[in-house]
Amino acid sequence: MSNLIEIRWHGRGGQGAKTASLLLADAAFNTGKYIQGFPEYGPERMGAPITAYNRISDDPITIHSNIYEPDYVVVVDDTLLESVAVTAGLKETGAIVINTTKSPEYLKKVLNGYRGDIYTIDARKISMETLGRYFPNTPMLAAIVKVSNIMAEDAFLKDMEGSFKHKFAKKPEVIEGNMKAIEMALKEVKKV
Amino acid sequence: MAEITNKTPMEHMTIGGNIYEAGNARKFKTGDWRSMKPIFHEDVCKQCGLCFPVCPENAIPVKKEDCKRTNFNYDYCKGCGVCAKVCPFGAITMEEEGGTL
Amino acid sequence: MSIRERLSGNEAAATAMKQINPDVVAAFPITPSTEIPQYFSTFVANGAVDTEFVAVESEHSAMSACIGAEAAGCRAMTATSANGLSLMWEMIYIASSLRLPIVLSLVNRAVSGPLNIHCDHSDAMGVRDAGWIMLFSENNQEAYDNTLMAHRIAEHENVLLPLMVCQDGFITSHSIENIELEEDSEVKKFVGEYHPKHYLLNEKEPIAVGPLDLQAYLFEHKAQQAEAMKAAKDVILDVAKDFEAWTGRHYGLFESYMLDDCDMAIVCMNSTAGTTKAVVNELRKKGIKAGLLKIRVYRPFPSEEIAAALANVKAIAVLDKADSLNGMGSALFQDVASSMYVSGNYIPMVDYVYGIGGRDTTTNDIASVYDDLSEIVKTGTVQNPYRYLGLRKEEI
Repeated sequence: MSNLIEIRWHGRGGQGAKTASLLLADAAFNTGKYIQGFPEYGPERMGAPITAYNRISDDPITIHSNIYEPDYVVVVDDTLLESVAVTAGLKETGAIVINTTKSPEYLKKVLNGYRGDIYTIDARKISMETLGRYFPNTPMLAAIVKVSNIMAEDAFLKDMEGSFKHKFAKKPEVIEGNMKAIEMALKEVKKV
Repeated sequence: MAEITNKTPMEHMTIGGNIYEAGNARKFKTGDWRSMKPIFHEDVCKQCGLCFPVCPENAIPVKKEDCKRTNFNYDYCKGCGVCAKVCPFGAITMEEEGGTL
Repeated sequence: MSIRERLSGNEAAATAMKQINPDVVAAFPITPSTEIPQYFSTFVANGAVDTEFVAVESEHSAMSACIGAEAAGCRAMTATSANGLSLMWEMIYIASSLRLPIVLSLVNRAVSGPLNIHCDHSDAMGVRDAGWIMLFSENNQEAYDNTLMAHRIAEHENVLLPLMVCQDGFITSHSIENIELEEDSEVKKFVGEYHPKHYLLNEKEPIAVGPLDLQAYLFEHKAQQAEAMKAAKDVILDVAKDFEAWTGRHYGLFESYMLDDCDMAIVCMNSTAGTTKAVVNELRKKGIKAGLLKIRVYRPFPSEEIAAALANVKAIAVLDKADSLNGMGSALFQDVASSMYVSGNYIPMVDYVYGIGGRDTTTNDIASVYDDLSEIVKTGTVQNPYRYLGLRKEEI
């Protein structure tokens, strides 16, 4: 399974990291991949650090364990950087994507000398501009798709539009904002 | 349904002990549980009809044609004595099983 | 034509239940199986099924309601986990002894205490001798497929036993994965309608169910249950044959993965089998003859078939996701060991208690078991047959 991509998400309960991992699984599934999307369940409460995982492959996936050596890590909340070892086991050939406005110097310091690629995105700004509220998961989803290159951008955009239309059938007014958030995130995610 | 007894091999028993017919309680004669026996004094009985509804074993036969009770069915009477208690006229008395009467 | 979908294990089980559309579902929520009755009650509310959903006040009542419904002549289903199954325990035996083919979705979780909501098999192992057919599922697909096959097995006139479909709590119940679903109409055709020969609501045949069963009778009734359990093996295989003809997906009593020519075999159940397959693939690339025997049918236990499948391996490791706390190997190990012994074939065997209370089991853990086995193959002896995998212990 050389094409297997493993992703670990770090977030806080209520921010939608689990939902984002499921959305990513959905999007990859829709492009014909084999997928896994699963959270690590601990004590469930708003604000508690949570972890979620994705496996994405061209072949069937049979492994059923957590991911300890991910190809990519997504950090939905940068206040976790100092309390959770987000780069633990992260492959140096991979990358970490962080929702933050902190300086590169700060990030390099708190990432324990991680030598792989570091990407940042201001998901708060994007979310506030496009949705008027703070939902970081949609921009973060777009950012990891861009960074990991799991699927082509246009296929991803088309798929997301379809799933938003389905998901928000009862409030179509939020579809446009979500699509805009994705488009902005694809453009704004940048390497440190 | 074929009779199932303590000689029936398992292949001929119903599953789960199910009983596929109704009214089979009559096959279980409870009369030998009796240590006290009710005696019916027909001459004292006014046929008031209080005794037979309270019998838990339906052991007091009532004739269809005139609704009058007859003597106990000792195959099923367990000797509980409820009938003797409800009889206002002393028409039922309880005696020790194996007594003189 | 199968439908390509992605669902969690709980969604898969609930979808199967929807397509089966049973007469009665009675359930009480408990983690990690809660979603099954939750999704199912939505199906009821939306009119996707015409099931009578009984929201009971406990699992004891859930199983009691299923027993009443099934005895009345209905098809009844439920779902539970861990302590929920413990609370059902009394009625679990009533269901099997009354020969009521109830189908239960058991999402495996550690039985407390101390309190734990994560996966192990202590709940299932607690009822392994209760007279239920027990099918285990590696992933969401198998949970779905086993549920679709459940009624054909349980309701067969040679069987008439309740059946539980097990899957690993959280590990598969809450993991979204690819799955092949079948069309509603095809499922309906495959599962068929339930027409019990005898049932309480048949006005033409008044019957009594569950009478007093003393010394002269209970032994025979238990032996009948045991015979039905033996007969279930053929029925399970027949149903699997029909299922394969329909869906193309093959099922047996167990799955042999790279087993035929292997030197070292792991025997395990549920999701760990998938992780083991990945390790077997890696070892095979290095020319190491590793294999896997994944139990699907745990009750009835396919003793002769397993002994035959393992006859030529050089060492066996059994992975038990529940500790029998008896100092001499856990349930699955004892079943496999006695199968081997009775077949007259001595092969070095070790038991690993692992994954207790949701302790994660990685490919590295499984690889370490094959390492141990290769040592055993070399020496031909087993130093300590009762081991732990993934337990923290002070090094001595």
